[in-house]
This record gives sequence, structure tokens and C-alpha cells, in this order.
Amino acid sequence: MTVGTHGRRTGSSVECATEKCSNMKSRRQLKSIIAGRIMLCVTIGCGLLVFVMIVGLYQRSRPILATKPLGELLFSSSWRPLQGEFGFLPFILGSLWVTILALLIAVPLCLLTSVYLSEYAHRYVRECTKPLIDLLAGIPSVVYGVWGVLVIVPLIKDRIAPFFGTYSAGYSVLAGGIVLAIMVIPVITHVSAEVFRSVPDDVREASLSLGATKWQTTKHVVLRKGMPGVIAAVVLGLSRAFGETMAVLMVAGNVAKSPTSIFDPAYPLPALIANNYGEMLSVPLYDSALLFGCLVLLIVVLSFNAAARVVLLRVQRRIQ
Amino acid sequence: MEFKTHISVQNLSVFYGSEEVLKDISIEIPDKKIIMIIGPSGCGKTTLLKSFNRLIDMRDGVRVSGRVMVDGENIFDSKIEVTHIRKKMGLLSQNPCPLPMSIYDNVAYGPRIHGLKDKKRLDRIVEHYLREASLWDEVKDRLGEPASRVSIGQQQRLCLARGLAVEPEIILADEPTSALDPKSSRRIEKSFLGLKDKYTTIIVTHILRQARRLADYVVFLYCGELIEHGPAEEFFENPKEELTKEYTKGVIS
Amino acid sequence: MDKRRVEEGLFKGLMILSTVLILSVLGLMLGTVVLKGLPAMNIAMITQAPKGGYYLGKEGGILNAIIGSLYLAGGASFLSILISVPVVLYLNVFGEKQTRLISFTRFSLDVLWGVPSIVYGAFGFTILITLGLRASLLGGIITVGLLIMPIMSRGMDEVVRMVPRELLEASYALGATKLETALKVVVRQALPGILTAVLIAFGRGIGDAASVIFTTGFSDYVPRSLFRPAATLPLAIFFQLGTPFPEVQDRAYASAFVLTVIILLISIICRVLTHRFTRHVMR
Repeated sequence: MTVGTHGRRTGSSVECATEKCSNMKSRRQLKSIIAGRIMLCVTIGCGLLVFVMIVGLYQRSRPILATKPLGELLFSSSWRPLQGEFGFLPFILGSLWVTILALLIAVPLCLLTSVYLSEYAHRYVRECTKPLIDLLAGIPSVVYGVWGVLVIVPLIKDRIAPFFGTYSAGYSVLAGGIVLAIMVIPVITHVSAEVFRSVPDDVREASLSLGATKWQTTKHVVLRKGMPGVIAAVVLGLSRAFGETMAVLMVAGNVAKSPTSIFDPAYPLPALIANNYGEMLSVPLYDSALLFGCLVLLIVVLSFNAAARVVLLRVQRRIQ
Repeated sequence: MEFKTHISVQNLSVFYGSEEVLKDISIEIPDKKIIMIIGPSGCGKTTLLKSFNRLIDMRDGVRVSGRVMVDGENIFDSKIEVTHIRKKMGLLSQNPCPLPMSIYDNVAYGPRIHGLKDKKRLDRIVEHYLREASLWDEVKDRLGEPASRVSIGQQQRLCLARGLAVEPEIILADEPTSALDPKSSRRIEKSFLGLKDKYTTIIVTHILRQARRLADYVVFLYCGELIEHGPAEEFFENPKEELTKEYTKGVIS
Repeated sequence: MDKRRVEEGLFKGLMILSTVLILSVLGLMLGTVVLKGLPAMNIAMITQAPKGGYYLGKEGGILNAIIGSLYLAGGASFLSILISVPVVLYLNVFGEKQTRLISFTRFSLDVLWGVPSIVYGAFGFTILITLGLRASLLGGIITVGLLIMPIMSRGMDEVVRMVPRELLEASYALGATKLETALKVVVRQALPGILTAVLIAFGRGIGDAASVIFTTGFSDYVPRSLFRPAATLPLAIFFQLGTPFPEVQDRAYASAFVLTVIILLISIICRVLTHRFTRHVMR
């Protein structure tokens, strides 16, 4: 091995007669090392991006955190920015109502579909259906919003609410829940189907060999083994629903009061931030309050996401 | 060697897509003996075993021709209930795969899915079969623990107990000791010898010495074809085919 | 035995019903967009910017938004590629011994993937204010670039990971440096997958509204400068829908149709690329 002019091995055992030749080799190596260093910096930057965001938002929220106690911000229902009152409870509750309703609708459907696709469906059916469901995931949230306004809102106003004997403007928790449910179905289904695929065939064969039917095997073995992964998938869907802005903004009603029934309007946290950001610079503390809301949103979503990812990593390791 | 036939394989051919994995196998499997299926890897031994309990149905694109008669019924007949066939056969796989539940529940799984709910009877069944698999003394105080916590040798014996609990007539074992250490392997082999009188045991192995130790009857498969079969003594002392001689001497493996 | 059969049949029926339901909803959504949007489509929509009084029902089209969105998503994708490619190459080629950093970064990227776009929007706006800039195309490009970076990285990472180690080792054995191996072997091998990841990220960037509301603003003119506000399709749809005039609302549906068509085209191209890619990969 020859040693290059920078004191590093050049990795080639071909002796180079001329000085120029060994210069060229080490130039290549130098380029590679510099490139490597740049890439390292970019990578570290990416890893830190989350923290930068949290810190940045926290810095901008400090004014309002200094003025009001945290408890009042989170649990007061009074939202009157012009009078300096910033109680986030209606928006947190609004988000919760809509998100939980969306999950109640989506999770049973996703479970049924993902089990079907991974255990029962013909390979052909599976290969046609999976891309279609993934297609749902790519549709922008504005389009969901438009569709919600066109189809779901009138449906609730004219058919569903009267059926239950109440009046609704259509723009309601129910509308938000339905639209969000459709938005999270692709995520939950995709991840759940992969989780079931990771359950090794051995254990299915063991159950079938004992004379169990396919459904018994699915129920007692596949679902049991896949439960942690499915829960992680649901949590991912939950955090997606919690942070969704555009579609809910268009159908949920945006009234700053905590909802009391699914036919009431709601004002989820992301919708609040999106709607008012434009005016926030004119009212004192408004921008800080809204950014604080953003921080709350970020922390909630991050915690759920991180937990779900940890579980899914363990599931993935099982495949290997 | 006089024997009664338990399974009669008649011109069985299995295709995975266009590939013929088993080529026209015809053989009479004797009752209540240990039958070892030997041959190099990838030669269809596992496929033959798994066609006995119709596990090959699980694969996409499988085609089967020929018949396999057990107790007078062709197991591939479309009118037959698959779970009924599978109950007659217990399968022990290569890698111990305990079900994701407690030790007790693992053994009780079989009886439970076939409708047995009486706790006292289940208790008795669990104890009885854990004893038959020589595992009872080691786990009797921790029946509620997850099955994945016991050692791999114990897991394999647990799988044996689980398979016996549905009271099969035939035990199918696919290289049951290849994942185990020598001590656990010996225990499993001892169990098989002890169960010989009650069950017809069909074991796939690629360890010739194991076949010499355990077999009453030997079946030799090579590249999906049945080369030779016969009572163990005749097979090992006086093989008739050239290929058999080469295999038993270790020339091909 | 019968009870088991009944239970199995019941659940199987429910499963099929559920799958059909989900697929029908997809069909319903696309159908509604087409049914409402197509009639309102005309050439003017895609070739003209809004003229005076557009939002009151007068003439014009959404060319401003179409061009704006394409510039925005294009710029954001370019920015994102500048970040994603080095990161992915580091994770898979350069950073061999730093397993902790690699796992941490992958985990970070996965977590970033789930951050809502409104947070990116707010964060981007905060940066703009701190730097004293106003809402502009550039602001949007940076914000959306950050938004789609985790999506692009993840997509690229998954493909580049599949490049077999033996290929890399063969390249090193011939005396190539890590950089040469990365650029000439890895990228070339994974190119279709990398392109797919870029396209998917592009699709996400073009359809997102929450991140551009405050960072890009809106404008009725086709964008000519990076430092002025620009129109985007999602916001154009939103604003047109919000007017009380049915003709303008119809245009919103037409705009939604245009956006959906763009997304569908991207999806189809991705499928074709993936199909060609996986044909040559050994499993």
C-alpha cells in the first residue's frame, strides 16, 4: 500500500511512479472525505430540526407564558383575544371530539380491510386494492374539504340531523369526523397490513395444523401477535388526524365554543391557527398565543408519533 | 415386514405454478411405526409432509393430482372438511413456534377451538400431554407464563404437547431437532420412541444418523422423485438403487 | 362446527363489505370532483390569470395558481433534494460506523414525517418575520421544502437501503472512493426509486395549503419574482369556494379538478417507475 501525500492510505496497491499520479489519487480521496463531512453536517442538521422547531416555537410563546399561567391557557374556555383572554379549551376539545370520532369510524373499517387484504384476499385483489387505497392518501386535503362541503355537509344538514331529531348547520363535529376518518384510513390500513404481513407463517401453520379454521387462526394468533403494531398504526392515524388543517377548517364550523354533541360545530386547534394567523400581529399577545397553540399541537403529535415509531421499529425487527 | 397401511399415497404429484415439486409418488405408509423421509434439501420432503395435512393449500398457485387415502377417505376430496383432516394429524415444525399465549393456553388451544370448554377436563388434558412430552415437571409451576419465555428445547416439547392434545392419529414432524442443541434433540427423539405404539409418526430429516436411530421404515426422496423405500434394516443394509447407496454412504448429500 | 362456520362467514362478509366501502368512497370522491369540476372547465381557466373582478364572477382563470404551484413545488422539491440526497447517502454509504447517529437520524426523519403542515407553516412564518421578510414565493419554497424533506428522505432511504452490500464492496475493491461509489453505483442503481420519492414529495408539496397560507401569501398575478407573494392551487380553491357567487364556486370545483388530475398523473408515473424498478430487483 502506498501512502498518499496527506498521510492517508490510498487503498490501492499499485505503486505509482510519478508524484503527479499519487497527487491525483489523494485528490479523489480528498473530494470524497470533504463530501462525507458535508453530508455528515446535513445529516446532523436534519436530526436536530425537530428540536430547532420546538425551541423556536417555545421562544415565541414565552411572552404569553409569562403573562398567563399554563393551567388557564389550557383549561379556560374563554377566548377573547381583544380583551386579552386566551383560553384554549374549546379548541383542544374541538380537536379531541373530531379526532376521536374519526378514529371510531376509521379503526373498525381499517382493521377489517387490512385483515382481509393480508389474510384472505387473492393476490390479484390485494395488488389492485392496495395502490387504490394509497391513492386516497395522496389526495390533497383541500380536495377532501371541497368534497366534504359538497357532499357531507348537506347530507348532515338535510338527512342525518333531522333523522336524529336535531338541527345542524351541517358544519359540525360529525362532518369533520367523517372527512378525517377517510383521510386517515389509508395510513392505518397500510401500516396494519404490513404488520400482519410480518407475522411469520410458521405460527399460522401451527394453528391451522391443529385443525383451526382460518378465522380462528386470524383471531387468536395473527391479531394477537399483530396487536402492538396495529395500535401503533392507529396512533399514527390519530396524530395525523389531530394535526390536519385544511379539510377540517372547511367543514367543522369554526365556532369558538366547546362542542356538546356531534352535530355542534367545532373549532379544532389547527383551524384556529390557520384562520387567525393573518390578524395576529395587530392584537398584543395574539401571535404569541397562537404560536403557543402551535407548540401544544406539535408536542402532542410528536409524543404520539415517537411512541408509535418505537413500537413499529420493534415489529420491523421481528421481520428480520 | 408385515404392516397395516395407515396412509396410502397414490400417484401424488404437486405443482407450484409450473414447477413439478413432487413427481408421481406412490407409497404405503405403515401404521403405528416411525417413518423417516430422507433426502437432500429442496427435494420435496417438506412438501410431501405438508400435503398430508393439506398445509400446502395455503400457498398461491398450488396444483395437486393423485390421491392420498387416510382411513378410506381421499384427503384431497373437495367434499372433505379440511379442519377434520388436520385434526387427525399433528404437525411439529423445524423452528419451535409457540403460539402467542401462556404455556397452559398453548396446549389448551387445540381442544378449545374444537369446542371443549370444561375447565377441569382442560386441566387434565394439559397435564396429561405435557407429561407425554416430558415437559410437565419443568413447567408445572409456571403454566400461566408466556410460552416464549421457556428455552428453545422446552418450546419444541411444548409444541409436541400442543399437537398431541388434539388427539391425532398421525404425527408429522419436519426436521424437529435441527434447531435444538444435542441434549434437547435426544429428549425429543426419546419422546418419539415412547409415542411409537400409539401414533403413526412421519419424520422428515436430513440427518442420516437420526434416521438410523429412529426409523422403522424409510422413504428416500431425491429431486421430487421417490427413489426407494422400505423397512429400515433392509434399506440401510441392502439398498437396491445406486442413488440410495451413494446417499447413505455420504457421496451425495 | 357450524358455529365456527357461521362466525367465519360473518366476518368474511364484513371484511369484504368494509373493503368495498372504502373503495367506493374513493370512487365517490373522484367522481364528485369530476362531475362538478369538468363542466366548469374551459380553456380560459388554465390559460389566463384572474382579471379584475374575477372573484365576483368576471373573467379570468387560474393560471396564476397553476404556475405558482408548479414553481413552488418545483423549487421546494429542488431544495429538498439538496438536503435529502446527502442525508440518504450518508446514512447508507458514508456513515458506516456511526450506527447510533444513523438510527437517531432515521428516527428523527420518521418523527418529522408526522409533523402537521400547519406547524411547518407557523415555523416558517416565524423565521420570515425574524429575518424581516414578507410572505413570498421564496418563503413558501423554503417552508414546503422543509415539509416535504422527510417524505423525500424516507422514500429515497427505503430504496437506497435495498442496494446490496456486495455491490458497494465490489466498487471499493476496485479502488473507488466512497464518493465515487455513492454517485456512480448507488445512485445509478436506485435511480428509479429516487425519482419516485421525488415525485411523491412533489405531489405532497403541490397539494398542501396549511404550510403556504402565511408564508406565500396570495396574488392574482402569475409569479415573476421570488420575493413577492404568489398564488397556489390549494389556496385558489379555498378562496374561490368561499365566495357567495355560484359561478366562482364552480370555478373552485374546476380548480380542484385540475389539482386532482395533477396528483393522479404523478401517481401513475410513480407506479410505472416502481414497476420498472422492481422488475430488475432480485428478491
